[in-house]
Amino acid sequence: METKSKTEKLAMFFVSGKGPVVTHLFCSLKCFEESTFSGKMVSGLINANPVVYEKKERRVRSVPSAAADEYAVEPIDQQEIFDILSLFIGLTYDLGLKVVLYFDLDIKDPEHPYSLEELKVISEDAIDVDDSRGSVRVTFTPTVEHCSMATVIGLCLRVKLLRSLPSRYKVDIRVAPGSHATEAAVNKQLNDKERVAAALENPGLLDMVDECLSPSYE
Amino acid sequence: MRLVYGSDRLISKGGLPQKLSRVTSLGKIKCCLLLIRGAHRTHNARVQTPTQLVNASTESIHSPPTGCQILVLPTRQHRSSVTQYPSFSLFFTTLLFNSPANPLFSQSSQPHLAMELAKGLREIQKLEGHTDKVWSLAWNPVTGVAGIPLSFASCSGDKTVRIWEHNPSSSTSSWDCKAVLDETHTRTVRSCAWSPSGKFLATASFDATTAIWENVGGDYECVSTLEGHENEVKSVSWNPSGSLLATCGRDKTVWIWEVQPGNEFDCVAVLQGHTQDVKMVQWHPSRNLIFSCSYDNTVKIWADEGGDDDDWACVQTLGETNNGHSSTVWALSFNDGGDKMVTCSDDLTLKIWGTDNEKMQSTDDFVPWRHLCTLSGYHDRTIFSVHWSRDNIIASGAADDTIRFFVENDDKDGLVDGPSYKLLLKKEKAHDMDINSVQWSPGEDRILASAADDGTIKIWELTSAG
Repeated sequence: METKSKTEKLAMFFVSGKGPVVTHLFCSLKCFEESTFSGKMVSGLINANPVVYEKKERRVRSVPSAAADEYAVEPIDQQEIFDILSLFIGLTYDLGLKVVLYFDLDIKDPEHPYSLEELKVISEDAIDVDDSRGSVRVTFTPTVEHCSMATVIGLCLRVKLLRSLPSRYKVDIRVAPGSHATEAAVNKQLNDKERVAAALENPGLLDMVDECLSPSYE
Repeated sequence: MRLVYGSDRLISKGGLPQKLSRVTSLGKIKCCLLLIRGAHRTHNARVQTPTQLVNASTESIHSPPTGCQILVLPTRQHRSSVTQYPSFSLFFTTLLFNSPANPLFSQSSQPHLAMELAKGLREIQKLEGHTDKVWSLAWNPVTGVAGIPLSFASCSGDKTVRIWEHNPSSSTSSWDCKAVLDETHTRTVRSCAWSPSGKFLATASFDATTAIWENVGGDYECVSTLEGHENEVKSVSWNPSGSLLATCGRDKTVWIWEVQPGNEFDCVAVLQGHTQDVKMVQWHPSRNLIFSCSYDNTVKIWADEGGDDDDWACVQTLGETNNGHSSTVWALSFNDGGDKMVTCSDDLTLKIWGTDNEKMQSTDDFVPWRHLCTLSGYHDRTIFSVHWSRDNIIASGAADDTIRFFVENDDKDGLVDGPSYKLLLKKEKAHDMDINSVQWSPGEDRILASAADDGTIKIWELTSAG
């Protein structure tokens, strides 16, 4: 029996909807991509050998001196945003990555051990914060150029920041230049607040986002 | 000495201010009222020679060539005497003349009078009530005149529509919520629009429907629900006569509905051509044309080509190749004459488009639109809303929480390359979050309403005080 390509298998999964473990996620993803955003279903490459980077040494947070006004508003900085995101998005991305890797027969263990940070999907350097202007820009790097999860990851990032930051913050979410085949389209979708608002009124999608953001997921 | 400013929904339709701006010797009139009668097509009103206006320093009647009569009253205080001329239409204008004798108007830098008058933006009231983003608002067009208090509708992510009304009798200017229209839409209400008569309100929702509400003595009843779009409906617009309705949405289409007796609405056309999400649809103020703008970065103009009934087709696409936008076009608005249009975009620019007004009046054929100028460098984030006032002030509302006002440069040199526009006023932190909609009131005063993600609506007055 001839071996089907990975792409075909992935495509079959989308069509039949059959498959272990991740059905719910995929259904949500399908829902998200087809009816909420207009992006075409991506059934492309699979990252067989993700490059894994070492975790970055955390720099020590500066502790306010005793003389400092304890009621002073502490501006939100890069590291804080990163912490907000990395605490959950590692899981999110793992979840996404697992789905992709599951269909890669070369990797036996579907439980992908790497965190978002280790995959350099998101790094502290890729977060720009201007607290005085209330702007936050997050640039993330999908591990594969055709990662179909890019819009979902981006949406999770947006929702997480939406729920974590004071409302005065303006958040821009982008994929790193050159990191995604449909970079412009992904960026445009993620930053169209009307489409994001409509997406978040989609119950299936909202469930998925909530699941990704849930801290208790293990 | 020159006329620097003229305004009226009627007068400016014919481009009269442009004609008048050539008047160079006009005495010391600061302002006056114009009344017009007898014009079958009021927008054809013309004043062609300066002498006709030289006499305007006193009360007099002129007979411009087009057959309509113009009555000029010398001061604004004469407004009350309008009732003495019952045969004249109740169209009046305020004309303001620049005169060296009056220091207010005597700056040498050829100031647009709007620049002189609009020095500040006063917040009249902040209206709270919606519990989610306020996406859009629409003034009832028949309010603000003849003693009817100003009123508008707002719609929100909280799935409701609210009707707000000015209470002029209270000692402090007060706006109150008169009605909440709920339990009809099941998702965000994205857009709302009044019929020209002010009797019906149409609301477009992410729930894929458009609802029609009838105003019966201040009570609103949903009399019809328009279904057909595949998913989110994003905008709705009535044609000038109120006989047709256009809707558009995520499914990339624009639908035209015909109003039938008994609050029935028949879909008479589904216009396909946009390649993405259609963000806004707007009828031309006097012609049977539909303008739609989209996530595909273009503006499309649709016309009934005649022949078979309802043979609608796209007659022009304003895209990047004709100096159009390079990202989502969120909104558009026409000047009062209907010969210019402003569009706003995610590419952080406003663009002004124009058509040949003379030609448009003289033919039934479609007259193409062309790019006139681009206002770039003023906005920091996406511009969601733009609205052109009857007295030629363009207001924009953007994701940087700022409201900006633009006016045409009153610089003759600019005429060589077409008009140019400059920033008149900027109100930073007008809201705490993104501003989704800015709309000028239909009344005579420079009242503007803005709606924002922070769930509030604000009423503003453009003032001459600093």
